[in-house]
Amino acid sequence: MSAVQAPINPDYVDAEGKPLWHPVSEPHHPEGSSTMLGFWMYLMSDCLIFAMLFAVYAVIGGNYAGAVGPHHLFDLNLIAVNTAMLLFSSITYGFAMLAMMKGKITQTLVWLGVTGLFGLAFLGIELYEFNHLIHLGATPQRSGFLSAFFLLVGTHGLHVTFGIIWLVTLMVQVKMKGLIPANKRRLMCLSMFWHFLDVIWIGVFTFVYLMGMLR
Amino acid sequence: MASETIVETSPLLGRLSWAAIPADPIVHVTFAVVVVGGLGMLALLTKYKLWGYLWKEWFTTVDHKKIGIMYMILGLVMFLRGFADAVMMRIQQAMAFGGSEGYLNAHHYDQIFTAHGVIMIFFVAMPMITGLMNYLVPLQIGARDVSFPFLNNFSFWMTTGGAIMVMASLFVGEFARTGWLAYPPLSGIAYSPGVGVDYYIWALQVAGVGTTLSGINLIATIVKMRAPGMGMMKMPVFTWTSLCANVLIVASFPILTATLVLLSADRYVGTNFFTNDFGGNPMMYVNLIWIWGHPEVYILILPLFGVFSEVASTFSGKRLFGYTSMVYATVCITILSYLVWLHHFFTMGSGASVNSFFGITTMIISIPTGAKIFNWLFTMYRGRIKFELPMMWLIAFMLTFVIGGMTGVMLAVPPADFVLHNSLFLIAHFHNVIIGGVLFGLFAAINYWWPKAFGFKLDKKWGLVSFWCWVVGFWVAFAPLYVLGFMGVTRRMRVFDDPSYQIWFIIAAIGVAIIACGIFAMLVQFAISIINRDKLRDVSGDPWNGRTLEWATSSPPPAYNFAKTPVIHDSDSWADMKSRGYVRPTKGFDAIHMPSNTGTGVILSALSMVCGLALIWYIWWLAAASFLAIIVVAIAHTFNYRRDYYIPVEEVEATEEARTVALAQLQAKG
Amino acid sequence: MAMTETLPATPANPVRRALRSRLLRPLALAPLMAALSGCEAIVLAPAGDIAIQQRDLLVFSVLLMLLVIVPVMALTVYFAWKYRASNKQTEEEYSPDWDHSTHLELVIWAVPLLIIICLGAVTWTGTHLLDPYRPLDRIKDGEAVSEAHKPLQVEVVALDWKWLFIYPEYGIATVNELAAPVDRPIRFHITSSGVMNSFYVPALAGQIYAMPGMETKLHAVINRPGEYTGFSANYSGDGFSNMRFAFYGMDDEAFNQWVAKVRAGGSALDRDAYLELERPSEKVPVIYYSGIEPQLFDAVVNMCVQPGKMCMGEMMDIDRKGGLGVDAIRNTLPLVYDKYHRRGIAVFGSGESYVMQVCTPLEAERAAVEASMRRQANAEVLDRANPFNRLTGAALAAPGTRSGVPQGSTVKAEQVGFQPLTVGAARASVSQS
Repeated sequence: MSAVQAPINPDYVDAEGKPLWHPVSEPHHPEGSSTMLGFWMYLMSDCLIFAMLFAVYAVIGGNYAGAVGPHHLFDLNLIAVNTAMLLFSSITYGFAMLAMMKGKITQTLVWLGVTGLFGLAFLGIELYEFNHLIHLGATPQRSGFLSAFFLLVGTHGLHVTFGIIWLVTLMVQVKMKGLIPANKRRLMCLSMFWHFLDVIWIGVFTFVYLMGMLR
Repeated sequence: MASETIVETSPLLGRLSWAAIPADPIVHVTFAVVVVGGLGMLALLTKYKLWGYLWKEWFTTVDHKKIGIMYMILGLVMFLRGFADAVMMRIQQAMAFGGSEGYLNAHHYDQIFTAHGVIMIFFVAMPMITGLMNYLVPLQIGARDVSFPFLNNFSFWMTTGGAIMVMASLFVGEFARTGWLAYPPLSGIAYSPGVGVDYYIWALQVAGVGTTLSGINLIATIVKMRAPGMGMMKMPVFTWTSLCANVLIVASFPILTATLVLLSADRYVGTNFFTNDFGGNPMMYVNLIWIWGHPEVYILILPLFGVFSEVASTFSGKRLFGYTSMVYATVCITILSYLVWLHHFFTMGSGASVNSFFGITTMIISIPTGAKIFNWLFTMYRGRIKFELPMMWLIAFMLTFVIGGMTGVMLAVPPADFVLHNSLFLIAHFHNVIIGGVLFGLFAAINYWWPKAFGFKLDKKWGLVSFWCWVVGFWVAFAPLYVLGFMGVTRRMRVFDDPSYQIWFIIAAIGVAIIACGIFAMLVQFAISIINRDKLRDVSGDPWNGRTLEWATSSPPPAYNFAKTPVIHDSDSWADMKSRGYVRPTKGFDAIHMPSNTGTGVILSALSMVCGLALIWYIWWLAAASFLAIIVVAIAHTFNYRRDYYIPVEEVEATEEARTVALAQLQAKG
Repeated sequence: MAMTETLPATPANPVRRALRSRLLRPLALAPLMAALSGCEAIVLAPAGDIAIQQRDLLVFSVLLMLLVIVPVMALTVYFAWKYRASNKQTEEEYSPDWDHSTHLELVIWAVPLLIIICLGAVTWTGTHLLDPYRPLDRIKDGEAVSEAHKPLQVEVVALDWKWLFIYPEYGIATVNELAAPVDRPIRFHITSSGVMNSFYVPALAGQIYAMPGMETKLHAVINRPGEYTGFSANYSGDGFSNMRFAFYGMDDEAFNQWVAKVRAGGSALDRDAYLELERPSEKVPVIYYSGIEPQLFDAVVNMCVQPGKMCMGEMMDIDRKGGLGVDAIRNTLPLVYDKYHRRGIAVFGSGESYVMQVCTPLEAERAAVEASMRRQANAEVLDRANPFNRLTGAALAAPGTRSGVPQGSTVKAEQVGFQPLTVGAARASVSQS
């Protein structure tokens, strides 16, 4: 039959110019070679969840059900402190990663610990704020606005909580096994996760709190 | 009405009590059959000491091939349940005329149509396509496994967990009575206070985790694990369509997850996302669920488009016509599928401009889809078509699917949709594309790749019986629904008053009976083929003169798929290798690095299921305990750093040597 | 609207003309009607002008698509047969590596594209012309709407599981029975008491959802006297299957008699009677109400039939102004459990409650009416200022105009039919026109 064959892949020919059917040495997919890509995709899918919660907030965030709107509720000073906590934690996580690159275990652990403390401070302030709102009667049940607010901010808080649990786990693992490649990879993943939560928080801070004060 | 729904909850068992067992003879009989059958099965497993084998070789496996097969089995089992629901609906609708209430009351009937939709989409179509992709993608790209083998096992068990929860709702409590998308306010706590919607939510949430993770896994696999030389435009079409389908999964299932979280917040905490009062907005749910729901339709159909492309080119003995335009058409559909969701509710009153925008984007999707049909058509042109079963399914698909596509575009014209929306015409339309496209595609795939998975072909005679029963049965069952749609009959009706409809419903019921014969013939086909497996044996590993890489290995493939990773020069890589006189390597093997099995996936899924059931029944202590257990097990799992092993060279050599001998014998025989 | 020669020659018009031409119509229907003879396919042979036009669009789209569907199906069978492996005659033609042809690829992308361009144009015009929110411009083919045609206002409430129809002009209401004079435009205002339904009379016009707290609209006309069926086309719970009603198309005299009959029988529909009616019930026989409480429909749409409950319109007005401040948080009253049609509560909820009115019922109602009038006035100004709205329905004749040039300088956005995807819209409680 017709011999119009597809061209040979020029990267894979032997000395005589004939196609090579197997690479000279087996290609190696080391364990974890796809981890960063996979984790990145997970983050994007998580980002979509937040995008949806933002969209929901945009749709029903103005439905106060005849009650209270954001500018009567939020204390911007408190939120500024809270935001600072999270931003600092991102910086300290960065220091932890620098220490990890240098292979300094103790320094990495210290910075991770500081990051965790900032994270806890953030959570503490958030819980205080929630408690305050619920005490006022501004519960998630009171209006569409409050439902959307509590779910958006709460989901972020939940992520931070899991981030802290993960962080503690990783500290134990680094302590046990040292900075082996698997642990470095995990620290990288958590780093992406942590900074991602920071980015989301900046969105929350802008769209919910700052713009809420203008409503 | 009100009194029956105030439910006592106890601290120990929540709202679970003896009253939760439905007082219905049909359910009792089914339950008895399931219990007896289940006990019988367990006894047999114990007698033949298969527990250890199942646990070690299957339940805890991370081998993508075994996981793929388990997905297919799950899909098949759930298909029988979903089909039983369909039969019950058809009988009810054929009976309930002239004041007759039929044999199902509203409480029952409404659960059945909801369960039918949920099961067929989430627990039949989704597992089956995921199984297919799992089995084939690594083989087609010359990889030894997926990127995240443990995640793959975990995903499978989460999907299974969701399926078990849906099945449990049949015997304990009730399933949702809301339709398969559970629109609020009807699905809100105010109008559906029972456990039905909670079953719906938690079954989908548990299964949804599995689906999303398996989507991420397969994308990473396709992007990272391709054999050397396989550029994107040299990937087999099925791999391309799988890539697009998984992109859709990752970019749409989070929306479903979040939407259901909001619905559960409304139901459990009393928030006001989708309520009528207090600033909630039910229309938002409808939008959100369809922003997931429409891509979902393409998640289902795209991989099957890939299957049909492989089948068309293999059985026509030709290269696929228009590979490039096929790929671009797939990508177009992927993107466009996010721009059409509103066509599911033109009748909500969004206004003419919005409606016509979404109507026209919907029509635009038919352009790449039409191009695909033409591509298959011209693949057949000037070919040598062998009418094996997969090819017959392809032709049945092409003839059926174009009609479904046409009725779909009719529904995309908003004014026409106003008269056909929610009618049986719509039901006929989407069964036309889902049965005619997804199911026929799955049958083509099963017949095509069965020899690869098990080493013997499927019996053709019973396959043909099944084929003709299905194709004829489909049209007898659904053509009447098109007619009834034109008669203005709406969906989800339990009783009718106009006697002129009845004849059509009776015809439809006959169609379902014919389909039942088709399903029966298919089960017989499987059984007969397994019994006659020695006669149907295929030693070559390439029974159809295949064109893609999976046919280069033995059937079934060894655990490591390829002893030496192949190099790819062309999109039809195996056909290319054959035509250039490729010689299979017989020495120089290395030890092969493989992932180890783990039981963590089973445990996590079981705990998630317990957590879901506890939440459904308001058993708070159990929900908290199982949730805590999930976290502890997940963390403990991360302390296991040894997740891989090497298959020793001797074992690889022995396996390959056995194949060399078998192939030589085959050649000697002629 | 009658077709006139003065229509501007826009690209869409030839299609529209073909669509509407009397020559094409019977031709288009012939195959379908033949296939379906023997059953009453009401969707294909409706009795109302809107449904007839929707049917025409349906048939047109089918014919257009058959242009490509039929050849594809024929070719599939033909190729499959001709190139079968056992056919020795085509052995010569076998070309296993033939996989590309630029010409063919052009054709296979262009043909569907052309058909979709054509169908897209028809869809754009058809969707705007047949928008349920758009007032009618013709009674039937060849008879335009004139000043003499005063629309019949019907307020429709989907209840669990029956339909309530209120005729504000006549001061009557019915349950599960609807009547309208032949050839008189009908203007439906549709809402629902609790869950979503869809109001659909196949003989009359396409359906539109009935949703709680919102008002949807439908304009239609019935051209043939007779008894037709209407129902809910969106599943709404246990009693859904029996949510049917009879729709009568009547000549004027018969309609007047029917009105008199309704007036003669039954009691008045006041708020208490409505709240009683609102409770879930199935297979409800026809009920006549000889009188209605004014503004009842507004109260239903605003979800404030219960005395003391804040109306949606008022609530939205407050919200738009930024809410009421912290003190208003506790402005709720618990729902008396059995009183309304709510059937369950969230286990961790704060108990079911509703927002209390902040003024007396009369004040609140007046405020709601005024607010909605203000909103409407504002909306008109805004609509005119919005260039996007002027674009919508481009190339379409405004209703009530004989030529393509709209009377007056502006086209009201609402008439041309741009309803943004609004949320929880309270009804503008003054009836238009």
